[in-house]
Amino acid sequence: MSQRKFITMDGNEAVANVAVRVNEVIAIYPITPSSNMGEWADQWASEGMKNIWGTIPSVVEMQSEGGASGAIHGALQTGSLACTFTASQGLLLMIPNMYKIAGELTPTVFHVTARCIASHALSIFGDHSDVMAIRQTGWGMLSSNSVQEAHDFALIAQAATLESRVPFLHFFDGFRTSHEVAKMEMLTEDDMRAMIDYEQVLAHRQRALSPDRPVLRGTAQNPDVFFQARETVNPFYAKVAGITQKAMDKFSKIVGRQYHLFDYVGAPDAERVIVAMGSGCEAAHEAVEHMIKQGEKVGLVKVRLFRPFEAKHFIAALPASVKSIAVLDRTKEPGGAGEPLYQDCITAAHEEGRSLKIVGGRYGLSSKEFTPAMVKAVFDNLKTAQPKNHFTIGINEDVTHSSLDYDPSYTTESPKVVSALFYGLGADGTVGANKNSIKIIGENTNNSAQGYFVYDSKKSGAMTVSHLRFGPEQIRSTYLVTQANFVACHQTVFLERYDMLQFTKPGGVFLLNAPWSADDAWNHLPRPTQQQILDKKLKFYVIDAIKVAKESGMGGRINTVMQVCFFAISGVLPKDEAIEQIKHSIKKTYGKKGEDVVAMNLKAVDNTLSNLHEVKVPAAVTSKVELLPAVSPTAPKFVREVLGEIVATRGDLIPVSKFPVDGTFPTATTQYEKRNIALDIPVWDPATCIQCGKCVMVCPHATIRGKVFDAAVLAKAPATFKCADARDPEWKKTAMKFTIQVAPEDCTGCGLCIDACPAKNKAQTKLKAINMASQPPIRQTEAANWDFFLSIPEMDRRRIKVGSIPQQQLQRSLFEFSGACSGCGETPYVKLASQLFGDRMIVANATGCSSIYGGNLPTTPWAQDINGRGPAWSNSLFEDNAEFGLGYRLTIDKLKEFADELVAALAPKIGEQLVDAIVKADQKDEAGIYEQRVRVAELKGKLTRLQQEGDATAKTLATQLLGVADYLVKKSVWIMGGDGWAYDIGFGGLDHVLASGRNVNLLVLDTEVYSNTGGQCSKATPRSAVAKFAAGGKPLGKKDLGMIAMSYGNVYVASVAMGARDEHTLRAFIEAESYDGPSIIIAYSHCIAHGINMATGMQNQKAAVASGQWLLYRYDPRRTAEGQNPLQLDSRKPTMPVEQYLLMENRFKMLTKSNPDAAKELFKLAQDDVNKRLAFYEYLAARPAAGTKPEQPAAPVQPATPAA
Amino acid sequence: MNLTTTYMGLKLRNPLVMSACQALSEEVDNIKRAEDAGASAVVLYSLFEEQLRADAEELNERTTAGTESFAESLTYFPEPSAYHLGPEGYLKHVQKAKAAVKIPIIASLNGCSLGGWTDFAKKIEQAGADALELNIYWIPADMDLPGTAVEQVYFNILKAVKGAVKIPVSVKLSARFSNIANVVKKLDDAGANGFSLFNRFYQPDIDLDTLEVKPKILLSTPHAMRLPLRWVAILRGRIKASLAGTGGIHSAEDVIKMLMAGADITMLCSALLKHGIPYFHTIETEMVRWMEEHEYESVKQMQGSMSQIECPDPSTFERAQYVRAVTTYRPA
Repeated sequence: MSQRKFITMDGNEAVANVAVRVNEVIAIYPITPSSNMGEWADQWASEGMKNIWGTIPSVVEMQSEGGASGAIHGALQTGSLACTFTASQGLLLMIPNMYKIAGELTPTVFHVTARCIASHALSIFGDHSDVMAIRQTGWGMLSSNSVQEAHDFALIAQAATLESRVPFLHFFDGFRTSHEVAKMEMLTEDDMRAMIDYEQVLAHRQRALSPDRPVLRGTAQNPDVFFQARETVNPFYAKVAGITQKAMDKFSKIVGRQYHLFDYVGAPDAERVIVAMGSGCEAAHEAVEHMIKQGEKVGLVKVRLFRPFEAKHFIAALPASVKSIAVLDRTKEPGGAGEPLYQDCITAAHEEGRSLKIVGGRYGLSSKEFTPAMVKAVFDNLKTAQPKNHFTIGINEDVTHSSLDYDPSYTTESPKVVSALFYGLGADGTVGANKNSIKIIGENTNNSAQGYFVYDSKKSGAMTVSHLRFGPEQIRSTYLVTQANFVACHQTVFLERYDMLQFTKPGGVFLLNAPWSADDAWNHLPRPTQQQILDKKLKFYVIDAIKVAKESGMGGRINTVMQVCFFAISGVLPKDEAIEQIKHSIKKTYGKKGEDVVAMNLKAVDNTLSNLHEVKVPAAVTSKVELLPAVSPTAPKFVREVLGEIVATRGDLIPVSKFPVDGTFPTATTQYEKRNIALDIPVWDPATCIQCGKCVMVCPHATIRGKVFDAAVLAKAPATFKCADARDPEWKKTAMKFTIQVAPEDCTGCGLCIDACPAKNKAQTKLKAINMASQPPIRQTEAANWDFFLSIPEMDRRRIKVGSIPQQQLQRSLFEFSGACSGCGETPYVKLASQLFGDRMIVANATGCSSIYGGNLPTTPWAQDINGRGPAWSNSLFEDNAEFGLGYRLTIDKLKEFADELVAALAPKIGEQLVDAIVKADQKDEAGIYEQRVRVAELKGKLTRLQQEGDATAKTLATQLLGVADYLVKKSVWIMGGDGWAYDIGFGGLDHVLASGRNVNLLVLDTEVYSNTGGQCSKATPRSAVAKFAAGGKPLGKKDLGMIAMSYGNVYVASVAMGARDEHTLRAFIEAESYDGPSIIIAYSHCIAHGINMATGMQNQKAAVASGQWLLYRYDPRRTAEGQNPLQLDSRKPTMPVEQYLLMENRFKMLTKSNPDAAKELFKLAQDDVNKRLAFYEYLAARPAAGTKPEQPAAPVQPATPAA
Repeated sequence: MNLTTTYMGLKLRNPLVMSACQALSEEVDNIKRAEDAGASAVVLYSLFEEQLRADAEELNERTTAGTESFAESLTYFPEPSAYHLGPEGYLKHVQKAKAAVKIPIIASLNGCSLGGWTDFAKKIEQAGADALELNIYWIPADMDLPGTAVEQVYFNILKAVKGAVKIPVSVKLSARFSNIANVVKKLDDAGANGFSLFNRFYQPDIDLDTLEVKPKILLSTPHAMRLPLRWVAILRGRIKASLAGTGGIHSAEDVIKMLMAGADITMLCSALLKHGIPYFHTIETEMVRWMEEHEYESVKQMQGSMSQIECPDPSTFERAQYVRAVTTYRPA
């Protein structure tokens, strides 16, 4: 028997480690928080890792979870050991197959990171609403509560399913367990072989479909027999509990850890018991042990096997002394008699004749904290004469008053535990360093170690909080650190906004990264921070980590520096030993990335200690500076009281009554959240500017804008406000002024605008018309200028020629300051649509990056114009977005038709002239829409009068028409999403919507990868790209979605790349929207998942087009009617080889480093792909239109403005 | 006709060698084609240590950018258990080239650190290269750096590499030294087995459309040969090391001139890029014809016949010739 090792890893890796070793076929699809399991499986398979029987599992990515479950169903039916991983909506998509797999008594284990199901809102976080939604499918359900248990149960489930033939769902809590990094004992392959009875594997193979012994499975049955046949499985279900316990016992003999179907912990004479499943049990376990020491008679039943629910075993697990039970469910079943586990317990007690007081409660939805303080409150509730039933715990439910009060200061953490909190930025490497520290401590000492990481809802400038615990005993604290011995603030900017020390223990240590000396640091702290240092008698250290990192060649990554500081002053390990370990770990971690990377990290270690200084803390508070408000004090009440509190990280404290009841939130709220995340921002030079509008167009966050205005408004301008005479002949005629203004507190400093700027300073060519400058010195003046800029009236949209970028970019963006990555390649397209059509736009947004930066709380970037109009936005699902958007269109068309009918019916009352104008209105341009709005306003006035003065029929019709009159004004339906939606999971629906002939606009933000879930391969991924699920480089070419759409003949199709030809993009958007039928724009979007310099992402777009990798074209069915070829190929002949473009992006280039031979081969094939595709498109574009004389090949579009 | 020659102790069937150029020697098939066309040796394209380092740093940066920031996308790339960040690809190429042809393979190394020069040189030797050309391409822009310090860097590199390998080592030099002859002499004393004269520094150009400074690679023209021609002629017979004339050699006549000036071999690049690798054959054929017409028996016979030592008027390679040229020039 090989030796088992203690390793630190997260729950996903722990489970994948088992699953990959005991399976032969694995079908995967990304969904948070389970994606990592599939990623591990794919990577290990690509690296040749074998299962315990010596063969490499076949890992295949599917187009959806529905597809994955179907593939697994088929694989199982033909006799392989097969599994998949999923969560949440993905699990819901598997339900139909799960019924089949169970009905056919097929052994398999699906590993699920239990996650919230979207209802009033989507949430990626953990609870049991997904697993509870499949409890009726006939699967065994095994729940694990910690990283170690998840690892163990993955194997136990496999053993149990093979023997019982009942498929198993093994679930563990999303994020809390799947992403917690913990020290655990790793099972060996010998352990796994010992647990799996190969006879049962052979039996499974024997049952498989084979033409060598043909059978038929999957019949259709009628009323005469279905019922009886369905009951045949009963004996198998009757044995599941026994088989599972047997597997647990066998596991105990082999490994030493004993589990039971229901594990009881607590006082043998307990009177009050909590019943729960999942990671919450660990917190409850810790609390119970603590309370027992205080003399309380309490206990806990951890439900392991939830299905089949064995009443006898459950009741047997309870001490005879138990009088009352609180059953905790991590799910909500509105309208039910209670949540599922509660109902099972009631039934069990009743059936077993045990008289108990049983109450149920909900906790922990969407990873809501569940702490010992809450456990105590639940036990206290049971103490009362009339315990509250159907309670909630952990929130303030002040509407129906279901919540239990609890004392947040109650703590049960062992004093032997050292806990630490680290506040960092994603980009500074804090989380990575902390994961490394856990490894160092966990794998080099006898201490237990735990790390949990909390991330921001924004993708740029995001704060990360690392919660670390170390201690000699097992750590069961499955909740955030609130009593830290050590707190580190890795970013100085956090000090002004967040209460850094609220969770520090008295006598603890505070480490600050700041550019200040030890003598000066105190003076920069806000008053509340100084106060806490004094009150809690904290030790205070400061280091200029950025300076140390820069001097060591690490740029802005301060991870190693701060890690050294942590070990140097926290006392977790002896300093010298810790530093040796850090160095060892650096060599191990970075060794494969080259000597220089190792050397700079080692240099950073050596440079750190001499720069770390303890600050002498004065006797009294000296600062008068308070923390900044989370949102502007001028923001509306709801923004201040709800959204602002979320921004301030106090969302947990907001009571239920403050929330909208149906998930409806106001738009245009990002404007109140001044994030100040840019170190440098663009500054405009009016003398150099040629007023082309390109900077405004490419800005992903709408933080650089232009306006043309009457000089008279300058009277109130701040002294530093800049403007120039407008250059456009149209504006010049009336001597108008032009300005470009940056929103200094919203800009992310990405630099795309600078890169796009074509104007150079003639005397100093290193300068352009916009140049980066340090933000802090100009923050206040530019903020004042921005406020003034906002007060300048917008240009009348009717005066703007939308086909000209310099003019069009004067249209106000109705998508601003989103949480997208700095330099995002998608948002410029979204923003462009909002500028062109925002005031009449309704958006269906597929789940993905765009739904997250567009719809993640706290604040929303979709904005409103001066008239209060703007895009209305919603997200249904990932897989149904096209259909969802089509639904918008159906309503709009129907209600427009109804309104037309009502208008006609009321014509005599309204007046024929107005009716005629309304019904025949031409709304093709801004002026037409404007005039129709005026008419509809007049109509509404008349209808209001009719409601009061008309006859009964007129009153009824007027009331009806008032309800639908707004539909008389044009509405623009936009269906947006990424390539994962359009090419894969939503393709069937997208295809159907294209075929519907309805007037919808589909915008595919094609990053060629599942960006939001971390870069998994999609069918849009080009050949040779390295992506997750394609770790060895994608062997096949990209799907040609545009060609598929064109095959309908009546669909407007455009393929665009803003960075390559911005005026082409603009033209395509205008044409698509104007087409009275389905339109699809496939927009090349550079992405952080490409491994590129995001500041020059538009250059990557340009290179993609210049190499022919991405084609620019437009297919307009209207041209057919005019006797022209509908396809216009707008790309010029490639001017660079594809390889030159590929080597610009890490997604391709890394293959040359990970598998040079494959890279060489695939790069050649990639060039072939380009050549063939171009030749085919050239052929299509050159074909004569039907019924016409042969025409010349379509001429490329000539740029109206200089190319960026 | 006896075309054989010796370069750094390597016996070559003729003095026509393919110069270091990625476009020419990246594919083993091209190396084979060169051999078939008559090339007597191939200098492989350069292994750039600097590029390897930059690639490693870029890989580290690009694979970590944006990570650990957002709960759904904590990383963006799979993490292979190993990367090929060293010179493995180049070494494999050396091996493949050696296996594919019989003519000598001379590897080329362009380093940026002393450790890189020696470490990579050893690995190249182990990979089977017959010789090594050190391509020391350095543009010292530091105004405080004296010329002697620049020269010292060259000496240090050569000494380090010579101490590390047993195969012959040549140095490809630029002509930008105060006294190139002195530099060559010192390198010769330090053990250089050969000199390739000269390196061409790619000169930056200004793009008037974008107002950007861009590197623009221009192929050499025949008159570029005049510079190496002079120095080969001056050095011939004065040093122990072999001489390779490189830059501007486009025809058989150019080859003959360079050989007469004193080169042991000539290296071709631009001419091959322009006319294709089979051009070796054309040059060889024309060379033989010229030699036959002018009754030469061998290459050895003509090598150095027009060097400064052997030519009728040694001053023509020096200032006197320049004075004569400028004072007598009249536009046509």
